[in-house]
Amino acid sequence: MKRQTELRNHQREIHLFRLRLLLSLGFVLLLMVILLGRLFYLQVVRQNYFHTMAENNRIALVPIAPNRGQILDRNGVVLARNYSGYTLEIDPNKVVGLEATINELAKLVTITAKDRRIFKKLLAESHNYTTLPIRSRLNDDEAARFAAQQYRFPGVEIKARLFREYPFRETASHLIGYIGRINEQDMQDLEAQDLDTNYRGSDYIGKGGIEQSYEKELHGTTGFEQVEVDAGGRGVRTLSRTSPVSGNNLILTLDAKLQEIAEQAFGKYRGALVALDPNNGEVLAFVSKPGYDPNLFIDGIDTETWDELSNSPDVPLNNRILRGQYPAGSTIKPFMALAGLHFGTRTAEQTIRDPGYYMLAGSSHRYRDWKSGGHGTVNMFKAIAESCDTYFYGLATEMGIDKMHSFLSGFGFGGKSGIDLEGETPGLLPSEEWKQTRYHQKWFAGDTVSAGIGQGYVLVTPMQLAYAASILANDGVGYRPHLLRQLQASGKPAEPVPSVPPAFDLHLDPEDVAFVKGAMVAVTKPGGTAAWAGAGAPYAIAGKTGTAQVIAIKQNEKYVESQVDERNRDHAWFIAFAPAEKPRIALAVLVENGGHGGVTAAPIARKVFDYYLLSKVPQPLQVQAEKKEAEDD
Amino acid sequence: MIKRLGKRFVAPLDPVMMAGLGLLVATSLVVLYSASDGNLAMVGKQFANMLVALVAMWLIANMPLHYLLRSAVPIYVLGMVLLLLVAKWGDVSHGARRWLNLGVATIQPSELMKIAVPLMMAWYFEKHEAALTLRNYFVATLLLAAPIALIARQPDLGTAILIAASGFYVLFLAGLSWRVMLATLIAGLAAAKPLWSMLHDYQRHRILMLFDPAQDALGKGYHTIQGMIAVGSGGLLGKGYMNGSQTHLDFLPERTTDFIFAVFSEEFGFIGAFVLLGLYLIVIARGFVITAEASTYFTRLLAGSLTLTFFTYAFVNMGMVTGILPVVGVPLPLISYGGTSMLTLALGFGMLMSIHTHKQLVKT
Repeated sequence: MKRQTELRNHQREIHLFRLRLLLSLGFVLLLMVILLGRLFYLQVVRQNYFHTMAENNRIALVPIAPNRGQILDRNGVVLARNYSGYTLEIDPNKVVGLEATINELAKLVTITAKDRRIFKKLLAESHNYTTLPIRSRLNDDEAARFAAQQYRFPGVEIKARLFREYPFRETASHLIGYIGRINEQDMQDLEAQDLDTNYRGSDYIGKGGIEQSYEKELHGTTGFEQVEVDAGGRGVRTLSRTSPVSGNNLILTLDAKLQEIAEQAFGKYRGALVALDPNNGEVLAFVSKPGYDPNLFIDGIDTETWDELSNSPDVPLNNRILRGQYPAGSTIKPFMALAGLHFGTRTAEQTIRDPGYYMLAGSSHRYRDWKSGGHGTVNMFKAIAESCDTYFYGLATEMGIDKMHSFLSGFGFGGKSGIDLEGETPGLLPSEEWKQTRYHQKWFAGDTVSAGIGQGYVLVTPMQLAYAASILANDGVGYRPHLLRQLQASGKPAEPVPSVPPAFDLHLDPEDVAFVKGAMVAVTKPGGTAAWAGAGAPYAIAGKTGTAQVIAIKQNEKYVESQVDERNRDHAWFIAFAPAEKPRIALAVLVENGGHGGVTAAPIARKVFDYYLLSKVPQPLQVQAEKKEAEDD
Repeated sequence: MIKRLGKRFVAPLDPVMMAGLGLLVATSLVVLYSASDGNLAMVGKQFANMLVALVAMWLIANMPLHYLLRSAVPIYVLGMVLLLLVAKWGDVSHGARRWLNLGVATIQPSELMKIAVPLMMAWYFEKHEAALTLRNYFVATLLLAAPIALIARQPDLGTAILIAASGFYVLFLAGLSWRVMLATLIAGLAAAKPLWSMLHDYQRHRILMLFDPAQDALGKGYHTIQGMIAVGSGGLLGKGYMNGSQTHLDFLPERTTDFIFAVFSEEFGFIGAFVLLGLYLIVIARGFVITAEASTYFTRLLAGSLTLTFFTYAFVNMGMVTGILPVVGVPLPLISYGGTSMLTLALGFGMLMSIHTHKQLVKT
């Protein structure tokens, strides 16, 4: 009985065991099927996805930044160039203890406090950086010293790079502009223009002047290299390569030598000068004084230098040519005279009596002439040559502001010249309508009186005045001012200089123009306001001086230059073109706080003309140039 | 004479199982060569490991079953002593105290427990075969829980889980009632919440990380993600031997050990993985047959547990590589590089073969 039970137990036990074993087998098979299902899902269903992931792992697209185009003047003088050199760069993501690392690095290579400041600023501003430079332009010794110790500095590396350099430093700085590191805002702008892929290998972008306005030409096309990389990101081999295309070289209309002479001619004065070829609109000189050294901006300017530049009362960063808006002063008079003739308001011969002031009918307010006691009997010719205010007060009043507005607009007053640089301001040429919109005020007769001598609401930029002078010089046929003369693709000869069609023709009466030009020539002849500057010139200069008031002089006070604080003194203007009978160059000169145009501004113009027309180099400059050459040897 | 000697030599080695094992270890050498980037020294070392394992397997396979039965308690006790020694004086490596330095060699006692635990539990059930009560299951569970607690503390979660599985298989095959299993499960779930609240934040974090690798994309999650990319990009036919980009460009971590299945799947594709699973199935199926034919309670439980544990190793590893299981450091049995795990497995297969060879001799 017991044995039977045991046997039955035993059989039951075997039965139970076999059942459990079978269940286990089922469990095993079920899990195997799950595993196979998972493998099928990964390897067959989602193979494409994982294949892409594996390829993304494996293949890195390494951008190759193109070489930036050079900037040259019309004679091939290099204004912006590239040179290769080394930078010491830090990847802040890979470096532990940034400060300590920099201190260690400083034992190997010179790292100044300024370098550290710049680095800190870059660190704060940069966008999606991989590496940031702590030192640029390492010399060979420094590069070698670091290379030997590189193993101690993970995340720090030496990069061979092309550097931008502006060999002329302050000369033409506002025109050339500069490049700077691409920041967050630049990146957004590039993305908005769908250009960000082309900048994947680039660290720099044009931030001012030509560098900015011709960024697309200068930058070039980024190349790409498909590199197989391992998990550490090290390149194993190159799979394919698309070479970058270098940016185009820009050949400017500027004459670097003329530019230098013009800048030297300013001496210690602040101001601006624009010289144009009236026959095609080419910008020959483009001076805004003082300038700044654009080289400072390339790798990020340090805060102290920046503060110094931006807080300076001389505002060196301000492009006075395009952004400086000043009263036109008497430089507006030739255009007013032409308008008078054009509308028949006055004939050339018609005279007025100038008692030294002008009064509107029914008012006792005296609009004073600059010459107390007046110019006596004045016709249009004398009015221009001697810059008689009273004559033009009356002319403006008789003509009315709206006629004045419509005629002067033709010469570019109150509008942008359209030069190929960014940031141009339009100045202001008032009209009744403008005043109504802007101030909700009626136009007063008195407003017209001041406008007649380029004061009151009238504001011009040096660019506008030079443009207006060039249109007048060319008998009313205007050419858009421009800086780009030719493009030159890398390694290829420059494209031919395109012939520029005139932008417009004002269809002026040639007799009127000849008359006004004649009066402007008289300005630079004995008796004229710029006689001193014109003395002894073998060519005829047609010019007009002007004075832009900085502070208002009360009705009964007299402006005495020596009693006015230097920075409140009048700005001096001079517009001119030469040779008068067939002008090859037209310009506008502004000397800030320079007093009278004939004294400070006109002599600068004379030096520019002498060089451009006669290749005459002013003495002090020549000495300096020789000295520089001697140093270079 | 020679023929007879040969027969005597080969006799205890089960031919079907030997075929399955042979194909698996051959695969190991082939994959290892690729995974190690053509490191012949490593392949040679693995081959030497295999020879050592083969000898060990042969020795065990020749051992009469009562030796096995009698050795159960001493081995278990030795294992426990070693585990206690590890806990007190073990070497710490990678944040875990797993190794014991014996002066001549460094050993990992938890490996021994992979064999010792099923052996001991099978012995215990054999001893109380006549009248199994709930109390016996409870004692067996304690025999299981003691080493697991020590191993989990090292910490070596992977090994602890696998040993727990091997012990559970013994309990299951020994007929632990469904009601008890269900009650334990419910009790476990009920205990989970208070236990969870007792854990430190970093411990919770580590547990959560096990189940959500993307949380830790640069740590263990990186392993899983790169493993899945390797497997998935292999496609149906694979990228070809020695051509896996994930493998040969260093993207795959631990590719000669825990992630060797990813190497295999990348280079041989779904078809290859299918065949590999087939090879495992041959060995496992043979294990089931041996279990079913085993003559004693002890051998049945032992064989069943060893077979299921072998499967579990393979499944946990492949599940980890393909991302259906959390990453616990478990090598792919017979394929991953490493002598210890190879030896442990060989001991297990030796026992299976011995059980098969000697089934007639100990028929009761």
